[in-house]
Amino acid sequence: MRSGRFAVTAELNPPDSADPQSVYERALVLAEVCDAINATDASGANVHMSSVGVCALLTRAGYEPVMQVSCRDRNRIAIQGDLLGAAAMGVRNVLCLTGDGVQAGDQPEAKPVFDLDSIALLRMARMLRDQGHFLSGRKLDVTPKFFLGAAANPFIPPYDFRPLRLAKKIEAGADFIQTQYCFDVPRFCQYMDAVRDLGLHERAYILVGVGPLRSAKAAEWMRSHVPGVVIPDEIVRRLSGVPPSKQREEGKRICIEIIQQVREIAGVSGVHVMAYRQEELVAEIIEEAGLLPRRWRSELGQTNPCEEVMV
Amino acid sequence: MLRRLQDSPHFLEIVYQAVYRMLSPFQRWLTPGGRAEGLFVGLERLSKGPLFDCRMCGQCVLHQTGMTCPMTCPKNLRNGPCGGVRLDGTCEIYPDRPCIWVQAWERSRRMPVYGSEILQLQAPVNHSLKDTSAWINDFHLQQKMTPVGWDE
Repeated sequence: MRSGRFAVTAELNPPDSADPQSVYERALVLAEVCDAINATDASGANVHMSSVGVCALLTRAGYEPVMQVSCRDRNRIAIQGDLLGAAAMGVRNVLCLTGDGVQAGDQPEAKPVFDLDSIALLRMARMLRDQGHFLSGRKLDVTPKFFLGAAANPFIPPYDFRPLRLAKKIEAGADFIQTQYCFDVPRFCQYMDAVRDLGLHERAYILVGVGPLRSAKAAEWMRSHVPGVVIPDEIVRRLSGVPPSKQREEGKRICIEIIQQVREIAGVSGVHVMAYRQEELVAEIIEEAGLLPRRWRSELGQTNPCEEVMV
Repeated sequence: MLRRLQDSPHFLEIVYQAVYRMLSPFQRWLTPGGRAEGLFVGLERLSKGPLFDCRMCGQCVLHQTGMTCPMTCPKNLRNGPCGGVRLDGTCEIYPDRPCIWVQAWERSRRMPVYGSEILQLQAPVNHSLKDTSAWINDFHLQQKMTPVGWDE
């Protein structure tokens, strides 16, 4: 990302399985086309293989994971331990989240923890990395070398607080940002205007969340059931305007168009593709959006000889 | 009446400021675990309970959160709204309730004295202070509310 090349990350949905192969199968289709793979942490409050487990498998196979950490299920003691463990397993990127409420998932009777919030979690992770001690003040022997991330949702109220909240996250320690699904490009442009006024795009790499909608019905379901996802009516209308058999293709096309639009916005460093249960589409989307080849990708931080040609 | 008070953050912040100044000269006698603590816990319950739906976390940050109690957020968020707020400004978890952070933000805009403090990074809650007096803690236990090196 520091090379200035347009970055691509993608979300891997952890399996409901104890078989490592099920993780590798999903990683394989994503790794070819993206720079890093996000491992979600019981997203939507539904239990799946843990993000720390998925990340350990991914680093073992040489992939670059982004470990998502949510505050819903673990307190500060557990999270600090997991961060160190993950770092020891080779995890370098951590996305700090508050997490959906337990009520969103299939076990709403669980105890919500929320000992920290996303910003306190970011600050704590930065403390481990930069100050070299736990929250209690106890020193670490070796500090973790994290690239810290945070989420942002520019599409929901209170709109004028959102850029300032991003500033708070960056102050707390965020080096990169991955946003919620972007379907409302004009709203995102407004947000980025405010972000640039605050100079935040120079302090953190902003990756825009995108993803294909499978059908008009799926879009309706998503916007009413998935917390924080905003899908404007015209997108749903555009999907329902084509026959059901063509809707998947249309959803993919919308996603590609959005990638091409947000790519032109100043201050955007990349995209984060979330294709829930449609991982096989990610490669097509990235290819058709003109973001390939990525094979010459080098280690984080190193500049690439092809850079000038590519940009 | 209560509703009107809750929606007068500019008035409430003046009250906060006045109470703080009034109590400051007496802080020597207001010690955590001291004789006055029981009285203060009772007073806080009676005043902040009905007014803010106070949860007695013992580390009040009301003046930095738009005079709206962040502990009433189902996720106990003290640093701003989560990414699940609904388009009509209601809570992700309880659709029939307003998001307290939408309220907090709007109210902070009407607070000339402390309004901008909503941008401060809040440290994680110290759960060992629950059910103690936030007013007394404010004078004496600041170091217990912020972890070592938090402000660096």
